[in-house]
Order: sequence, then C-alpha cells, then structure tokens
Amino acid sequence: MGEFKVHRVRFFDYMPSAISKMAFNFLSERLAVARADGAVEIFKFTDNYFQEKVIPGRDGRAIEGMCWVGQRLFSAGLNGEITEYDLENLRPKYSMDAYGGPIWSISSNSQGTLLAVGCEDGTVKMFEVLEEKIQFQRNLDRQKGRIISLSWHPSGTKIAAGMMDMIRIFDAETGRATHRLLVDRGLGMSKGREVVVWSVIFLSDNTVVSGDSAGKVQMWDSITGTLRKTHLVTKWDVLALSVSQDESSLMAGTSEGTVVQMQFLQSSVEQQERQWVRTRTFKNHSHDVRALVHTDCAVVSGGMDTHLVVLPLLDQVEKSSKEAKLRKITFPHRSLVRCARKAGLLLFQFPDHLELWRLGESEGQGKHGDCLPVKRNPEKLLQLTRKGEDHICCSAVSPCGGWLVYATVSAVRLYRLQYDNNNVSISRVSKLPKELRTVHQLCFSSDSSRLFASSTHSSVVVVALSNPEVKHLHTLKCKSGSKQPLHLLVPSDDGKWLATANADCEIHVYNLHKMKLHCTVPVYSSCPTAIAIHPSTCNLISVHADQQMFEFSLQQKEYTEWSRRLHKEGLHSLWLDRDTPVTRVAFNPENPAHIILHDTFMFCIVDQSLPLPDAQTKFYNQMTLRSLPAAERMRHSHAFKICKYFQHLMTVELLEDHSLVVVERPLMDIMSKLPAPVRQKKFAT
Amino acid sequence: MVEHADIRVVHRGGSKINFRAPVISDDSRLLLCASGECVKVYSTSTEECVHHLRAHTDVVTGVVLRPSNHLQVYSCSMDGTIRLWDFTDAILIKMFHLVAVHLQQSTEQLVEARELSVVISHVSSNPAAIAFGRAGEYLASTKGLQLEVFFLKKQKSNRFSLKEENKKGRKNTFSCVTCHPTDDCIATGHEDGQIRLWRNFSHKKEYTYSTLHWHHTTVGSLCFTPEGTNLLSGGVESVLVQWRYNQDTQRDFLPRLGAAITHVTVSPDGTLFTTTHSDNKITIIRSGAKVSAVIQGLVKGESIETDLLIDPRSKALVMNGKPGHLQFYSLQRDKLMYNLDIVQQEYIYQSDLQQFEVVKAAFNSSGNWLATVEREQKDAELELNLKLWAFDDQTQSFVLNTTISAPHENRITALCFSPATDSQTTTVLVSSSKDGHFKAWQLAAHTEDEGPCWSCDFVGAYHGLVPSCCCFSADGSLLAVSFQEVVTVWSSASWELLTTLSQPPGDIRDLCFGQLSCSKYLLGTSTSNLLLCWNLLTCSLEWSTSMDISLLLADPLSENMAAFSSFSSLLSVFVFKPSEPRPIFSQKAVCSGKVMRAVFAPREEMLESCEESSQWLNRCQLYFLSQHMVNSSAAGSAQPNALIGSHQSLVAMTPFHLLLGKRPSLLQTPAHVLPSTSYLCSMFVRSLLISVTDNRSVTQYSYSTNTHSSAFTGFILHGSQNCPFVVNLFSGAERCLRKL
Repeated sequence: MGEFKVHRVRFFDYMPSAISKMAFNFLSERLAVARADGAVEIFKFTDNYFQEKVIPGRDGRAIEGMCWVGQRLFSAGLNGEITEYDLENLRPKYSMDAYGGPIWSISSNSQGTLLAVGCEDGTVKMFEVLEEKIQFQRNLDRQKGRIISLSWHPSGTKIAAGMMDMIRIFDAETGRATHRLLVDRGLGMSKGREVVVWSVIFLSDNTVVSGDSAGKVQMWDSITGTLRKTHLVTKWDVLALSVSQDESSLMAGTSEGTVVQMQFLQSSVEQQERQWVRTRTFKNHSHDVRALVHTDCAVVSGGMDTHLVVLPLLDQVEKSSKEAKLRKITFPHRSLVRCARKAGLLLFQFPDHLELWRLGESEGQGKHGDCLPVKRNPEKLLQLTRKGEDHICCSAVSPCGGWLVYATVSAVRLYRLQYDNNNVSISRVSKLPKELRTVHQLCFSSDSSRLFASSTHSSVVVVALSNPEVKHLHTLKCKSGSKQPLHLLVPSDDGKWLATANADCEIHVYNLHKMKLHCTVPVYSSCPTAIAIHPSTCNLISVHADQQMFEFSLQQKEYTEWSRRLHKEGLHSLWLDRDTPVTRVAFNPENPAHIILHDTFMFCIVDQSLPLPDAQTKFYNQMTLRSLPAAERMRHSHAFKICKYFQHLMTVELLEDHSLVVVERPLMDIMSKLPAPVRQKKFAT
Repeated sequence: MVEHADIRVVHRGGSKINFRAPVISDDSRLLLCASGECVKVYSTSTEECVHHLRAHTDVVTGVVLRPSNHLQVYSCSMDGTIRLWDFTDAILIKMFHLVAVHLQQSTEQLVEARELSVVISHVSSNPAAIAFGRAGEYLASTKGLQLEVFFLKKQKSNRFSLKEENKKGRKNTFSCVTCHPTDDCIATGHEDGQIRLWRNFSHKKEYTYSTLHWHHTTVGSLCFTPEGTNLLSGGVESVLVQWRYNQDTQRDFLPRLGAAITHVTVSPDGTLFTTTHSDNKITIIRSGAKVSAVIQGLVKGESIETDLLIDPRSKALVMNGKPGHLQFYSLQRDKLMYNLDIVQQEYIYQSDLQQFEVVKAAFNSSGNWLATVEREQKDAELELNLKLWAFDDQTQSFVLNTTISAPHENRITALCFSPATDSQTTTVLVSSSKDGHFKAWQLAAHTEDEGPCWSCDFVGAYHGLVPSCCCFSADGSLLAVSFQEVVTVWSSASWELLTTLSQPPGDIRDLCFGQLSCSKYLLGTSTSNLLLCWNLLTCSLEWSTSMDISLLLADPLSENMAAFSSFSSLLSVFVFKPSEPRPIFSQKAVCSGKVMRAVFAPREEMLESCEESSQWLNRCQLYFLSQHMVNSSAAGSAQPNALIGSHQSLVAMTPFHLLLGKRPSLLQTPAHVLPSTSYLCSMFVRSLLISVTDNRSVTQYSYSTNTHSSAFTGFILHGSQNCPFVVNLFSGAERCLRKL
C-alpha cells in the first residue's frame, strides 16, 4: 500500500446548517432541502441520493416554505418574498414581495396552476403560476393572527390553514372561510400559551390532519367541522406532518427528534371502515424534526441536528436490498477544502468566509502508527470575510499558493497573495474580465498560470493570470447543448487537459493547447462524483454516485483494458454498499499504478497492478494482511486497499513532498456545537 | 415385625396457586385456579376455598370455562386427560384422554372436532405464549423471537420475526401474547419490557406494530378487557398497568401489589381483575382500582433459612415467607394466617440488590417471645440484627421489644430459647455464631419507665472453636453447645462448663436432648455419618450407629425422635426412642430429594390408636418440606381427602398417655436426678403389663433397620411433584394395606 506521512487535520470547523424545510418532487424523484442559512440543496433519489445541486444561501433569507410546481422550485421565507430558483444556474431566478409580512408557508394546488402563501398579517394570498413568473391573483378572507401552515385539498377546491389556536378551512373558489376548527391548548403549564398549528394536511376524503405545539396530531372532518380523533404524540411540539401518496400512512415529526407513524387501518378483516392508528416510532434525530417527506418506500426527515435521514419503511421494500438500509447524510457531496499542493496550504470554505492555513511540520522518523513530534504548528494565515449578502458558492487556491479566488452568485473575487517570512499580504485583483460573472466552479491549472471557471450552459471560461493584468483567453463550450451546471472541473498535471462533469452526467475533456473539445466520455446513467486525469498515462478516472468506477484513455478515446476488466468482473458488493460517494480522486506520482480515492468513512488506494477481488474475497483485508508474512501477503492482496482509520473525511490529498493530508471533521464536534435538545426524562436517570 | 402399613405420607397443602392463570366464573362470584393435582374453587368475596375439584392424578396445567355452559369448566393435566367439571357442585362430568401431544386446545375445537390437526408445530411450553384471536378466527403463538399467526379459516399461517437485539442492547424475545377481543390486534410482551401491538398481520409484508413502553424488565402477563377498551399488563415491578386501547399515552397504574405479577386475568363481565403473584398469591381487584380480596397460599421464599417452627400459641407453622417477613401458616386449614414484618423495610424488586432477610427465628416454649435474626450481606460487609418480639395479648400479635444490632461479628448458626418450666423463671436465649462465641441473652429491667428489655448475660467460647448448634435440655438446666467435634455441656444457672463430650472424627451437625423420660440422653449427628447418643448421667457414649442422617429432631411431647436419612437419593425416615435401640417406625423412600426441614406439630386432639407403630403419631404429626422443583414422572398417588377425613375421627387414649396422666412428676424432674432408665423402664413396663423390650446391641439395631425397611421398598406414596414446596405429613391411616 505504501507508506505516507500523514497530516491529520482536525481544525476545519465546518458546521452544517440546520434543515428547515423539504419538498419532494415525485415526478423526477428529487428532494429539495432548504437549510437555515438559506441554502437549497437538490438530492437525486434515483441516483443513490446524490447531492446534485447546491444553491448557496443569502443573509436574511430564512426559508419557511418550499414547493415544487412541475419542475420549478419555489420558496418563501420570513423576509416576505417568494423566490423561484434557476436550477440551471444555481441561483434565485427572481424574488417577489407578497406584501403580507413574513411568509410562513407556501403550497401549490395539485394542478400546479396556483400558489397559496400564508402570511403574518393573516391573509392567504393566491398567486397564479405563469410561464416565466408568478402573478398575484387575490386574497382569501383575512383572518386575525398569522397563517402558519397551508394545505390544499387534492381537488383544489378547498384550503386548510393552520393558525394560532385554530384551523380555518377556505373555499378556494370564493375565498370564503367555511369552517373554524378550534384546537385545544396543552394541559398544565402550557394552558395559558396559545397553541400553534405547525402543520396541516388536507386528505382527499375530506379529513384534515393537524399537528400542533401541544403535541397532538388530530383528525378533523372538514365537512362537519368536527374533531374525529386525537393522538397525543409527544409532550412537546409536532412540527411536521407528511402523508404518503396513497394516504394510508402518515408521519409526524416532533421536537423530541422522533418520527411517529400513523396508519389508516381496518380494525378487523370484515370491517371496511378504517381508522388512523398510531403504529411505529422512529428516533433518528437528537433535535427537532422540522421537515418531513413521506416517499413511497421511505421517510425522509431533517431538522435541527443537520442530518438528512432516509429511513426505509421495511414493509414497502425488499429487506435484503440496498434500499432497506438507513441513510444519514451529514456532509456535502463535494469538497469544501482546497489544497495548494506545492505550497502546503489548505483553503477552507465556509458560507461567509474563507480560511487559509499553512500545514505544520514534524521531525524524525517513526514506524507505522506512530505520532511524530510536531516541529511547527499549523498556522492560520488568513481569514477572508466575503463581501455582500450572498454566501460563497465556490473557492480555489492556486497550487503555488499565490492566488486565491472565490465566487458568490453575484460576483467573483480574485486575490494575489504574497508571503515574506511569516507575513502574508493580500491584494485584490480589481479588474476581472466580464465573462467571470456567473460561476459555479473554480480551479487553477497546476502551474498556476490559468484560472478555469465554469459558467452557464456547461461552458468553461479560461483566464490567463499574470501579475499586472488578468486576461480572458477563451470560453470552452461543449457541443451537447446541455444547460446543466458543471460541478466538477479538473485540469491535468501537465496542463494539456481539462475534464468537466455536469449534472446531466456528461464528462467532457478539453485540449487546452488547442483550446477545443477533445472528446466526450460515453454518458453513464449515474452522475460522476469525482474525476481526475492521470499525470503520466493520461487516463481519465471517473467515479460515479452508484459507486461504479471507469478508466477512459484520452489518447485512444476508449475505456482502458483495466476498466473493461473491472466491469466484466464487477465491483465487490461491499464496495457498492457504501453510502457516501467518492469525492476525490488523486494519484501517487511515485507509483503510477496507484489511484487514491476517498469517501466520508474510508480512503482507498486502488492498485491497478494487483488482481481484482471476487465475491468470495475478504474485501477489508488490511488487518489480516498485516499479520501475514511478506511472502504470503502478496498472494492474499487485491487491488482495493482500504483504510478506515480516519473517519468523517472532508478531503484526502497527496502533497508534493509525498505526505498525505487528511482533513477530518468528527461528528462529535458537530454535535457539541448544536443547541441543547428538549429535555427528556430518561428512565433511571 | 412391626406393622407399618397404616402410616403414609400425605400431601397436606401449600401447593402453588400461581402456577397457571386463574379463571373467574361468569357471575364473578367464583375463582378457579389450578393447584397441584386439584382445581381449587374460591369465593371472590370471602377468599375462602369453596371446593376442591379432585380427580386428576397429576399436576393440573390449565383451567378454562366451557363457553357453551357457564357453570362448567375444563381442566387439563399432566396425566394426559382433560376433565369437564360442574364447578358449583364439584362434580366430574366427563373425561377426555389425550394421546401424546399436549396442546392448549380451544374449547370449541375439543367438542366438535374428533380429528386433531397440528396447526403450529413449534410452540412454547408457556401457556401465555399462545392466544386465540377475535372470535377464534386466528391463533397467535410466540416462541423466541418469532410470532406466528395461524388463520383457522384460511388454514394459513404468517410468521413475523424480530431481530435478536436492537441497537440499544435490549432483548426482543417474546414473553407473552394476547389478542384483542374485537379488533385484529395482537399484543405481545417482550423481555425488555416493551409491549408491541401488531396490526395488519393478515398481510405478510404490510404488517405493522406500535410499541408501548413502561415496564423496565420482562412483561409478565398481558390481558385485554372483554370490551377491548383497556389492555392490562404486569411484570416484576408489581404494578398493574392499564393502557387505554388506541390512546397510547394514557395509562393508569395500580402500584404496590406486593410481588411480581405472573398472570393477569379479567372476569368475563369485566368487573374483576385478578393478578397472580410470584409469592403464591392471587389478588382480586374490583372495578380496576381497588384490591378487594387476597388469596394467599404458602409463600415459597428463596430458601427456608429459618427452620420450620411451630408457634406454641396458634400451633401455626412459621417459616420464611415474603422477603423480610415470617409467615404464620395454619396447617389445619391450609391457609396463610398472617405475615409478620420482621425487617420493616420497603422491599424493592430488583435483581442484584441485596436486602435484609430473616435467617433465624425461635419461639420460647410458651410462645410469649419470638427471637429473629435478620442479615444483609453487602459485599464483604455483614449486617446482623437480633430482634426480640413479645406477644401482646391485647393486639394478639407480636410487638418488637428489643433490637440488638450486631449481636455477633459473624453469621449466627443457631438460636434457641431455654424451656421455661414455670412462668416465674426468666427465659434465656442462646445464640451461637461463627465468630467462635455463643451468647446468652436475658430479659432484664433496665429502667422503670421503659419496661424490661433483653441484654447479653454471658459470652461463652471453647478453645476458639466455632459453635455450630446449641440445645437446651427439657428442663432448661443444661445447655449443650457443639464446637466442631466437641459437645460442651453448660449449666444454664451458673454458666459453668460441666462436661465435654466428643466422638471424633467429624463435626457435630445436629444436637438435641431427649425429651421426657429420655431426657438424660443427648443425641447428635456428625459429619462422619454417625448418629450418637450420650448418656449425661455417665457422661459416656451410650450407643452410636453409622447412618447418614440429614436431619434429627425431637418430638416435644414424647420421647420420640425422628431422623431423616438420605440414603442413595431416596429419603428414609426413622422414628425411635433414645432409650430403645429399635426404631418404632421406619420407612424407606418417603420421597425423592433431600428433606431439609421438618417439624413435629402437635395435634389439636389426641388420637387414639392402639397399634404400636402408629402410637408415636398420636400426639403429634410430623411435617416435612420437600423440595421438588421440577416435574417428575413418579407414579402413584394418595387420596388425601379420604385420609384426612378418617384420621380426624380417631380419638383415643393411649397407654402412653395414661402413663403420663398418672405420673406427671416423673417426666418433669430433670433427667440427671432421676434413677436409671432401666429401673424406671422396668417399673413402667410392669405397671402396664406390656412385653419387655428386647435389648439388642447397636450393630444389630442398624442391621434390623436395614432388613425390615427393605421389605417395604415398594411402599411409595406421593403427593404432587409440581409444587416446589410440598408439605407432607405422616399420619396414621388404615386404608393403605391394599397398596402393598
């Protein structure tokens, strides 16, 4: 496997933001997740829950409601604006003030023609969804008190609105409030506090389900306006409700971090009448469950503890299949750490600032597993706070450490860094070419003379960097006409090639000498999560969200022999069962047969010279290999050498001096920074 | 040859009433529960046993009401029969024989179907693991981690498995199951204290369950009320929990029921709940909130550390009962009279929690005083309390007089009161301990206002040896204390060491003085399997015999001594007089297993029996406690009801009684001031004109024991094997000869 000196970095204080809202698009099976900092993430459920797109947040954009209308995504928040997102350019398309104060909820009818928003001033405002925009249509009867939650009847004729202490039912056509359902307050101490109906759901059989701050889930008959059944689910709040598409199962998320399932069951085989019965309770969160989605075979929940949990419902899926596994998505599926390999610098990207660190130095030699004494401590060279309200969407540092660039949805800022002894001086390059405006990804060439920036329609802007001025050289355009944004941008070490990957799963390779498209790798059904070009053989390695791996020869423009063999024999089932994508591919210059990969829970060196493991081989065999004598070792080793010593990896990078940088972010550190959860009585404490 | 045939072992009671869940009759007036080989019918209002349904020849394993006739009940037994009874009049109506398998049958099936079909093959032996569903539509059975639901109409079964342990290390193993009476809902209890309500189980995949969790360890029993509105559950916490069906967060508790709940049942009209407890108790709860009656059987403690005692006042059997209590059990009525709280601490049910337990108890001869020792073992630390209780005539109960904390530094091995010859002399309590001392305690008036209390009078030791047992002579003038292999005899008046007796090798295990005319003898058993008899007048060994005696005890009302010998795992009993080398009575193979505790209990009325062999039973009955913990397949059965009826009618004056009546002074003088036994004996014999006892040697004695007892090896009479503690009785009877 080879021996490396490892820089084990734990000073990246990455803190994911709490999940505040989710919306699931049943047509494309994409989940939109809104975070507390205003960022929106799109997860593609058909492609192994890959985080396909990230729209960076913005100060003051607290999203309280989100909904899909066809393939369009709308959100509304406490800033009183309705925002539609441009999913191709990863930015808000437009924002519109609803003029009703903070907006608490947004909901579209099943036909996708109308949007209803519930406002602080007690109005439900209807907006018509037009081709390119939305237009205010009218207000429903104005109520006293804010509208917290909204739900359309599937037929689109009625709307239920959750308020303080009550639920209102509106006729959507006339705009009249037809029913007023009073919700009981909690008992004891909370009797004096008004109850908040956090969530309502209008079912097609005219049942209104409400979840409130007194911990009740209640079923109401919307025709007679009477209460049918009360389930006291928790002592705290019921924050989110979600119903399955066939309306036979209902989920309620609570402040205790539990998700409670209720099912619409017949009481016995003969009786046709069904009733809602509380069945299972799941606890996968330590904090409030704020958002909940009931898909056909799983429950997706998210909340204050920042995890996105996909919990399969075992009565809907095959028990042995991959879908039957619980998934917890905590870390983003792209790297937030950039490494200047020559200078030994690390750039950490936070939503509102960048940190540049110089790695420490150690002395002496040690054997396997030793901790070397630190000669020089790692040092934070620079903290760069972003300008403007928009959050940073991408950043890069040049390999020599001389250049630093970051981008928000509105601007790109390039800085020149100069080091003399221990001082760093930073100067902003003021005049940038106008092509650098909408940017999704940034990277520098290996000789630090070029800056590549991905732009609209999968194009790449190439900018030449020289000291006095920065000049736009060329814009590389792909011929496929894809409108999707690029999420991977990787130049080769020799400066000849540039590989790009976009959300349409296309991988394009450009020849930088000729400044034109060299070839397009055959499109695979799963999205590439990491690509890299081998420095000596010029083979392109791509790893995809479904954990498949390909090697494509750029000279021959075909898959290599090794790649074909890999696919003929198939990857080991344990490799395919991992649930985090590979986010980085690197190469070992000392041994060209070595490919270094990592995901959140392991890093792996693939040795192309060794035989591939078959289904019977012990896949995680590093411990057994170590105990074997050297002669035996060769016989038992296979191509995948996996190290699980480091956990919660943000990045793994090989430096020029042949030492490995491992950036970890232990989950415990994230947990300890979360606010205290609601107090719960535990038995025997 | 002596005639032995009319003496037999009779199972007298104390059998388990918590073995199976009881059944309440439709009108809620009677409660039926399986108890050993019979079914007992209790009144739910008066707690009295109304009938015994006796016909089964082995342990009754289930009782169920006949649905078509609410005055009839089915019972099933290990003897392979199912019997139908009219329980209001205790009449056996019908008997069914089962061939081999013993399955819990639905009562409908039993009547209709002549052919049997095996519907579920792997069932748990626990009857709580099988339940019938709504109107007999389906059958739910749990075993291990699997729930199997068999639909009787469709003849199809669905199996649902749980994971062995979930992530928090809790055990998911099923412990009990019950079905909702009207809905398709199965409630299962689990070892981790969870209750799961299974629904939609007619679909193999879309089944679902919800979880109720209050119990912290295994759910012992589950039961739905007849309307299905409530679910009752009980466990080791001794709290009855009432869950509202479909309103999971609402529950009611009925706490402090006394002991772990093993069964919960509801009467058919829903007004009565019964909880059966691990301490052999059935509690009847009226309208879900109030304990209205308690039916208490003989409490089976962890171990009977206090010996079996007879309360001289009430003639009740006294032994360990509930933790920290002494139970007073009426032998005549087979009923618990009351519990005396010795420790006076709240008992908390928790494993690994060491609690105070009563380890020794003793009554003085008049029954005025009760001495108890309680012990708590905390790791290496030992905490001992000696408590003395005075009988209060006004309240008719024992009142704590003195508490002596740490009376000894180590475990107390024996405790005895000196027998008071008259009421004036003060009684002395002697306790011996492993710390090498024995102490005499005396009642002394300390101050005027406090009244008399007990204090230490004398501390004795003998060469640093550990005392094992102590015993007072019948007149209280002598105290014998055994120190390993040495027996020391002390004067109780002056606490002088009078003499030492020893017969090495082997430590002394049991020690007792002869009574009445034999009071000059001191008998002991030693670990080297010797039965020793010393003559205190000559201070020499009178005779000894080699026998493995596990228990030796003296009848307080006669000269007779009883010895239990566990020879080749079968138990033999010998009854003899110390003065006579021949046993009056002996019987081999009384029961299997060791007899650890036995007691002579005086009869209420003297029995008239002219037969020599059963004379020894005229004044007393010998009770012993056997430890049959498991089912065994022993054959043979007694008919205890017939026997008890007959022996109570026999009342007569025996020659022995006549002698005692004539010459009371003879037996009240101390043994060592009396003339020699041979003189007295010949006088006695001459006066009664009874043939002279023959004088064989000791070796002949043991030989004769063997010969005549071997002739009776076929004579095995047995009580129920399933009761963990069986109280047996030797009683004179005349109907047993036909068994031979």
